[in-house]
Amino acid sequence: MYELIIVGAGPAGITAAVYAARKKIDFLLVTQDVGGQTLLSSDVENYTGYQFITGPELVAKFEEHLKQFNVGLKKDEPVERILQAKEGHFVVETKKAAYSAKTVIVASGRRPRWLDVKGEEPLRNKGVSYCATCDGPLFSKKNVVVIGGANSALDATLQLIHIASYVYLININPELGGDPIMRDKVQAAKNVKVFNSAVTKEIFGAQFVEGIKFEQNGVANELKVQGVFVEIGSIPNSNIVDFVAKNNNGEIIVDNLNRTNMPGIFAAGDVTDVPEKQIIVAAGEGAKSVLGVSRYLYQSGS
Amino acid sequence: MAKIKVYSTPTCPYCIRVKNYLKEKNILFENIDVSVDEAGLAEMIRVSGQMGVPVISIDGDVMVGFDQEKIDSKLGLG
Repeated sequence: MYELIIVGAGPAGITAAVYAARKKIDFLLVTQDVGGQTLLSSDVENYTGYQFITGPELVAKFEEHLKQFNVGLKKDEPVERILQAKEGHFVVETKKAAYSAKTVIVASGRRPRWLDVKGEEPLRNKGVSYCATCDGPLFSKKNVVVIGGANSALDATLQLIHIASYVYLININPELGGDPIMRDKVQAAKNVKVFNSAVTKEIFGAQFVEGIKFEQNGVANELKVQGVFVEIGSIPNSNIVDFVAKNNNGEIIVDNLNRTNMPGIFAAGDVTDVPEKQIIVAAGEGAKSVLGVSRYLYQSGS
Repeated sequence: MAKIKVYSTPTCPYCIRVKNYLKEKNILFENIDVSVDEAGLAEMIRVSGQMGVPVISIDGDVMVGFDQEKIDSKLGLG
C-alpha cells in the first residue's frame, strides 16, 4: 500500500509529486496526461520566473523537474473511481489496475463544458472544437461560430478573427461579459458579428459541420459555418469521487490545508472550490496539499 | 525505414509534443502544416475522416492524436 496517490498531473499534481518526492513519501502519480489544461494554454505571462512561456513549454519544464526524482508515474491511465475500502485505506481504480493508498490527493482538474445540443457529439473533431488555440488554424478563410460570452469565448474570437474569414459570436446573455479590454477588441473587429440573447439549438452537417441553428428572442435563425468553437466554461473532473463534499458547481470543498471532509482525502487545483483557476495558484495548492498529507501521515502514526 | 507524415498546426500542443518526440528519437518525418497547406488539410481529412490535429500516418497507417505507446510499438521504440 502506498502512503499517497496523486490523481492528475497538471500543475497541482506535478508540484505535489515534486514535494512528495522531496519528503520521501512513498507515492504514485496516476494520470491521463502530463500537463492537463496547461497544455492548451497558448501564452503564459504570469508564471513567476517566466516573463513569457507557452503552455506546452511550461509543461516540459515541469516534466523535466519531475524527472529529477524517481517518480512512480502511471500515464495514459485516467482514474475512473476512487473508493474507500476501510478507514485510512483508499483504492484508486483505472481501466488497467486498482492501487491502494493511505491518502489521496485529487488533482484531476477540469474539462470543457459541452453545449449538449443535437449534432454536437457526432460532429466533434469534424468542425466542432473546444480549443481555438489547437484547432483554429484549420479554419483559414472559412466562416466559424464561437459559442459563449465570457473571457474564453472572447479570447477564442480574438484568435479566430486573424484566421477565419468571418466569426459569429453566439452569446446567450443580453450583453457580452468578460474583460472590457477584450470586449472592446471584439466589438471593434470588422469581421465579427455578435448575436446576443441567442440560444444554440443544433449543430448540423452530413459528415462535417455545415452550420448551426439558433434562436434569438424567440425567432429561429440559421448560420452556414464550417467550424463551431464551444467556449462556455469548464466543469470539474470531480465525479471520480462521490464520498466527499462538493459545492453546487461540483467542485470539491477543501479547507486551507487542502483537506476535504473525508480524513485522508485531499484535493488541489482547479477541481477544488479555491476560486482562482490559475496555473500558479494550482501549483501552490499542489505544494500545500502534500504538506498537509505529510502532517496527516505523521499524526496518524505512519 | 517507415514513411511518416505528421499533419499538424504550429500552435496545437500535442502537435508540438509529437514532433519533439520524433526528433528526440532521431526519426525522420514529413511535417505537413495544415494551417497553410490546403491540399495537405484536404488529404488529412480524407485519410482520417476528421479535423482534429495531430494526425500521424506511419506507412499509411493513420492515427489521430499523440499516442506514444502506439507510435512506439509501430516503430519498435521503447
